[in-house]
Amino acid sequence: MALLEVRDLAVRFVRRGEPTVAAVDGVSFDVPAGRTVGLVGESGCGKSVTSLAVMGLLPRDGTEVSGSVVLDGTELLGLSRREWDRRRGSEMSMVFQDPLTSLNPVVPLGIQVSEVMERHRGMSRRVATREAESLLDRVGIPDPRRRLREYSHQLSGGMRQRALIAMALACRPRLLIADEPTTALDVTIQAQILSLLRELVAETGTALVLITHDLGVVAGMCDEVNVLYAGRIVECADRHALFAAPRHPYTAGLLESVPRLDTPRGQRLAPIAGSVEDNIPWSVGCAFSPRCASALPVCSERSPAVETVGPGRLLRCHNPLDTDVGNTESSHD
Amino acid sequence: MTEPTPSPARRPEAAPPPEHTGDALVELDEVCVHYPIRRGVVFDRTVGWVYAVDGVSLRIERGRTYGLVGESGCGKSTLGKALLRLERPTSGSIRFDGIELSDMSGRRLRRMRRRMQMVFQDTLSSLDPRQSVESLLVEALRAHGLDEGSESTDRLLRELLSAVGLPAGALRGYPHEFSGGQRQRIGIARALAVRPELVVADEPVSALDVSVQAQVLNVLRDLQERFGLTYLVIAHDLAVVRHVADRVGVMYLGVLVEESDSDVLYERPMHPYTRALLSAVPVPDPEVEDRRERILLPGDLPSPAAPPSGCRFHTRCPWSRPGVCDVERPSLRDVGGGHLVACHYAESIERGRSPAESG
Repeated sequence: MALLEVRDLAVRFVRRGEPTVAAVDGVSFDVPAGRTVGLVGESGCGKSVTSLAVMGLLPRDGTEVSGSVVLDGTELLGLSRREWDRRRGSEMSMVFQDPLTSLNPVVPLGIQVSEVMERHRGMSRRVATREAESLLDRVGIPDPRRRLREYSHQLSGGMRQRALIAMALACRPRLLIADEPTTALDVTIQAQILSLLRELVAETGTALVLITHDLGVVAGMCDEVNVLYAGRIVECADRHALFAAPRHPYTAGLLESVPRLDTPRGQRLAPIAGSVEDNIPWSVGCAFSPRCASALPVCSERSPAVETVGPGRLLRCHNPLDTDVGNTESSHD
Repeated sequence: MTEPTPSPARRPEAAPPPEHTGDALVELDEVCVHYPIRRGVVFDRTVGWVYAVDGVSLRIERGRTYGLVGESGCGKSTLGKALLRLERPTSGSIRFDGIELSDMSGRRLRRMRRRMQMVFQDTLSSLDPRQSVESLLVEALRAHGLDEGSESTDRLLRELLSAVGLPAGALRGYPHEFSGGQRQRIGIARALAVRPELVVADEPVSALDVSVQAQVLNVLRDLQERFGLTYLVIAHDLAVVRHVADRVGVMYLGVLVEESDSDVLYERPMHPYTRALLSAVPVPDPEVEDRRERILLPGDLPSPAAPPSGCRFHTRCPWSRPGVCDVERPSLRDVGGGHLVACHYAESIERGRSPAESG
């Protein structure tokens, strides 16, 4: 049994006088301990809302969450506020994209890191502060004792992200969710943070859910990758299989539309037509079909179901690409 | 061009003689932009300087694309602004088509600005939300006295929109009605409306979804071919710059550390910073990611208000040698074939000197 099991998770935003928005529409995935699972997709695909639902951080008003989120055998959806508070920060924690808004600007860093341990591990302030110092040292912040007395504006972007990771790890959580942890950072700092996360997963056996739009980050970090489009998982595979031969036209399109450092220069890029706003609802057909180069008439009439197409490989497509050709050019009309 | 596109030749003052292709449209010589740090409530005192751009020389050839890469705070955007004279350089010379811009002002400068335009990163804040697309584009034309009666303007606007791949119906829309990619196309159309020769694009695709980035990059490329535009593309994404640029300059803390033709730079980076930067860019291929060697740089970018002595990169450079790199500032030198590097040890590092080795 995996550490985290998400089944048919659906999140709908309900507002009076406006149509209901299904941000996440039946998402299922597993995260075993010590593994890194990626949720990949573009803006609006539901990857962040999925993570907020797993962490119980969505507002209660105007949000309908259904399905099941099981962490280590315990169903999380439907827990009381107090139960959530007990688990968040101790059993599961999260690192956000923007470290500046995630840190309290008027509280010294040391107090923010140590209060997690005082609260969940029952440490005294003095013990917790000592522990915080070694945590900051562990995540690569130089001169941690001085930094504990500083405020978030005194730290650089990379340093702030390290501090957040230190806070997230303070209670040795079994599940860590990182939502675009390096998107706001420069590449050389991104490389530092990613290698830190990689080490931590290997060392502590924490299960990591990595949410990102960057396929390069996914290729280097994730054991297993879920590609989301318009609130549903359209393809799921081991990273080697996925990048070697993407089966869903959307995955293939994403891979072909990014300029890469390791391919010949000067080729015209092959973008995906249109934008996410051209989607059709999943209830009608495949949401991606209006932008899809291999769309068939059936794609806009019937919603494709998830099929298992190989070991650990799931696909939601009426007209998938061939296994040996990772190419949208193969026309089907 | 036989089609009725608004070619630069249609406007006499904009006509660049075609025989000039290959020469420099832009020449920067030792450009510095320093910002004063001021303190005090009653009496303003300057207590220090931020050396945002500190002596950059480069040339951009007509019809080509120059890519400027670097991390945040390296001064690349400031340099782009200085080139358009949106920022006054502290010292140095900026020549556009042979004309000195650095001390120009008023009407003469405004007239020059018609020939050079900018495309911004954030389309939502660079397009007025209360103006329709038509009004945004016409405003650009009016500002430069290029609005020649409703009929010809109307035709020009339609041509502009089709050039950037938007339907003519978009003229009546407002910025918020468009997606990010479409808004960036509007921003490009506005820049092109006045028939510029140079377009400075500051992070033109970094705010866009990956599937849309490619669309906009293709539009930029088509327009360059069609109108013979010269580009300065400023970006932090090395893969994007490699894709669009003919020549690439790498900036670190206000100075150029390496410059060469695009293919050469990416195949044979010689400055330690460029090497580290390239090794840090994630590649969407697990096989490559698992195999490649990474040069992890320690620490953060030093403050441009107190740049390190000697080579500005020595505090983070794995190859730096005490007594040399922290004392002597390396100049940008040609290591062959127009490949410029500002590093004392570029050759020995390329031959494989390991970081630990000293002396």
